Amino acid sequence: MTRGVGASTLRPDGLAKATGAFLFAGDLSEAGMLWGAVLRCPSPHARLVSLDLAPARAVAGVVSVISAEDVPGLATYGLDHADQPVFVSDVARHHGEPVAAVAATTLAAARAACAAVHVEWEQLPVVVDTEQALTGPALHPDGNLFRRVLIEKGDPGTEGEVAVEGSYVVGTQDQAFLGTEAAIAVPDGAGGVRLRVATQDLHADRGQIAACLGLEPEQVTITLGGVGGAFGGREDMSLQVHVCLLALATGGPVKMVYSREESFLGHVHRHAMRLHYRTTADRDGRLVSQQARILLDGGAYASTTGPVTGNAATMAAGPYVIPNVRIDAYGVRTNNPPSGAMRGFGAVQVCAAYEAQMDLLAHAVGLDPLEIRRRNALATGDTLATGQVVHSAAPLRRLIDTVAAMPMPPPWSGAVEDLPGGPAADPARVRRGVGYGLGFKNLAFSEGFDDPSTAMVALEVADGSVRAVVHTACAEVGQGFVTIVEQIVRTELGLGPEDEVLLLDADTLIGPAGSTSASRQTWVSGGAVQLACTAVAHQLVGRVADAAGVPAAGCLLRAGRVVAEGLSVPLLDALADGPVHAERTFRHRKTAALDARGQGDAHVAWSFVIHRAVVDVDLDLGTVRVVQLATVQDVGKALNPLSVLGQLEGGTAQGVGLALTEELALEGGFVTQPTFSEYLIPNAVDLPTLMVALVEEPEPDAPFGAKGVGEAPTVSSPAAVMAAMRDATGLALTHLPVRAEHLAAGSAL
Amino acid sequence: MSLALTVDGVPYEVPDVPGNANLADVLRHHLGLTATKDACYEGRCGSCSVLLGGVLVTSCTVLAADVTEPVVTAAGVGDVAGPSDVQRALVEAGGVQCGFCIPGMVMAATDLLARNPDPTEDDVRRGLAGNLCRCTGYGRIVEAVLTAARGRAST
Repeated sequence: MTRGVGASTLRPDGLAKATGAFLFAGDLSEAGMLWGAVLRCPSPHARLVSLDLAPARAVAGVVSVISAEDVPGLATYGLDHADQPVFVSDVARHHGEPVAAVAATTLAAARAACAAVHVEWEQLPVVVDTEQALTGPALHPDGNLFRRVLIEKGDPGTEGEVAVEGSYVVGTQDQAFLGTEAAIAVPDGAGGVRLRVATQDLHADRGQIAACLGLEPEQVTITLGGVGGAFGGREDMSLQVHVCLLALATGGPVKMVYSREESFLGHVHRHAMRLHYRTTADRDGRLVSQQARILLDGGAYASTTGPVTGNAATMAAGPYVIPNVRIDAYGVRTNNPPSGAMRGFGAVQVCAAYEAQMDLLAHAVGLDPLEIRRRNALATGDTLATGQVVHSAAPLRRLIDTVAAMPMPPPWSGAVEDLPGGPAADPARVRRGVGYGLGFKNLAFSEGFDDPSTAMVALEVADGSVRAVVHTACAEVGQGFVTIVEQIVRTELGLGPEDEVLLLDADTLIGPAGSTSASRQTWVSGGAVQLACTAVAHQLVGRVADAAGVPAAGCLLRAGRVVAEGLSVPLLDALADGPVHAERTFRHRKTAALDARGQGDAHVAWSFVIHRAVVDVDLDLGTVRVVQLATVQDVGKALNPLSVLGQLEGGTAQGVGLALTEELALEGGFVTQPTFSEYLIPNAVDLPTLMVALVEEPEPDAPFGAKGVGEAPTVSSPAAVMAAMRDATGLALTHLPVRAEHLAAGSAL
Repeated sequence: MSLALTVDGVPYEVPDVPGNANLADVLRHHLGLTATKDACYEGRCGSCSVLLGGVLVTSCTVLAADVTEPVVTAAGVGDVAGPSDVQRALVEAGGVQCGFCIPGMVMAATDLLARNPDPTEDDVRRGLAGNLCRCTGYGRIVEAVLTAARGRAST
């Protein structure tokens, strides 16, 4: 059982990755393959006046050049609403929108051909301000409002004696996964296409690709290529339709790999938001009301702005008990690049705002930041702003008390390299600050969405050994599903130490697993694997019990045997009459749509989380050093503690990046700095080792009691780092990320 | 042009290499040696790190035509059947998630331990600062390198 659920087993693909043998999608090749490249619109809003592909076709090595008129099926795609053009046909609505694609014998030739295309554009007025977009002329026939979510609870006009107000701005964060978009498409010879691609959701891709190609979904077979990180950025398609079109146009394999610049231009980003909050409480700091107006910059096309707006709205009040709430959230179309999924999915930005409000309130009523959170924190059985009762484990007070007990860092060491800004810093002008962020993230898809997962498990004898074979369409993007699957199978089938577990490639030959997002795969696909294992065990036990003439009810699988009182049959013998297999589909409990007042049981469950950040800031330089980070997370049950730790560390790092440096530079809709020289993600010296404590209160509905853990760390870490910088400087700091000029703008201290 | 190149101890003749090709592209596209990754094409992320004549470089910023010294990649440091201590430690400490940065991390860590067999945590963090990882937050990677260093000290 040491390799079963609860053990820190190691990744089965770990050594292949560490030695370079693991093949990422960009490492794949096919004999005779061509290279694809895409020409993109160089400005944020422009009418296509003329497009001349002939110069591209004349470039040596070019085999095919295609544009909008070569799309045989649906001209647009989209996860939630198909409004995003495969290629621009009339109006381009964001910088980087695809115009044409080329297949050539080399990548250099394909790119040269893109540069040779002659395009004439008529520039159109650019709208990147969400307020202006709400009231201004429509940027698309569907209008500029993707979704409005209004939530009203109690009497929003009722206020407490103490009121605080704040306006906050969150910039555009990029997922910045290291392995850029990559795929290889091969015609199947019968009009269909086989695609290997780095994605988060094979079946969602397949449905959209088939619609654009004018094919049946079964004519598009997708196998997961090795994925170099995702974080939401691969939930929407990028190069999928283009590479399939090129393969079908040329009749042979075509490979596409994005450069870093194309990656920044070619996938959705985290929504920039503007948030205005008014929070009131009584003199004891007990919350009376929360009001917020939130504008989400959805960019040019829908992507998942609808559900992100729903998430932002339903979590905007924070993980607190508040009798009176009014949240008004708008997902708005602009000429910025499309926004969509990124780790935290709408819960991150609102946490930065509601937690800033909690600190303002704490100051106003004279309470410690942890005490005001303790007094207002949700507990199991409490009611959210949506009227939904929290049935989940909700150990928020344990989170608060646990983080409060974690040791604080020592004072500055006296070493120059430990100063923010190093030798440039003046120790006399360096201030230390401590801040907290308490947050929550919904698990799995919400608002009535049905997102099941299907798994097949077979138990067989191969080469004289017992082997469990598992097949799902769950995309492994680095999170460790491949590790968890083996643990679940070993536990559920009672495998012996010599027995093998083989996980087949994720592909569309089995039913959907849904997206690797929303912290859902351990719960949903893990649940499907568990169900299939239970069915396999049932069949095998029935076979052995029948043969032995004993009741099946008393039999179980343990340590590589079918055992019962007076019976112990090795799996090898039990399987002598042939393999057993079962396919099962798992669904989480149903959720409901929100009504006109934003009421409804919209979410399945939540993971709750707290971060504490300690920072040093040079008041004059505006430089910051993160001295210490601590977190406590409600994980239900840690199925693999080492994997959980990795998720908490990595998720926290992305949150710290958002607080300190990560903002995609957008100037009037132009993406001006799409490089790793300008878009700075944290490196190893930017972060201290995270202090972690887990709170394990099993989730009643979840397989093994385990909550998804991946997103919560990114929700509360930005809020904590922001709060620590405010504590150090006395500044209001309302823009995320906080830039050096914000900090050096004039400290109050 | 044609290049003569030694990679992981194996000599190669590489025909038809454009004069402006960088070493990362030659390794990956001309030789099909995909153990070395590429992610930023400007020497910022470290995914393409290799040892060139024993010196740690980002191969995307090295002109292939200039290469005269032998190249060592993560595949030359060890393989699945016989991984190096650093490679094994990265897996065992939980330092590998998506793993895209890991071949580059292996090279940076191998170089660091060759220069400094007894590094502090700060030494390791500075030694890996040229290699970006988006998954792990670096905690398990740093732990792995310290573990590998301790392992060498005890043998």
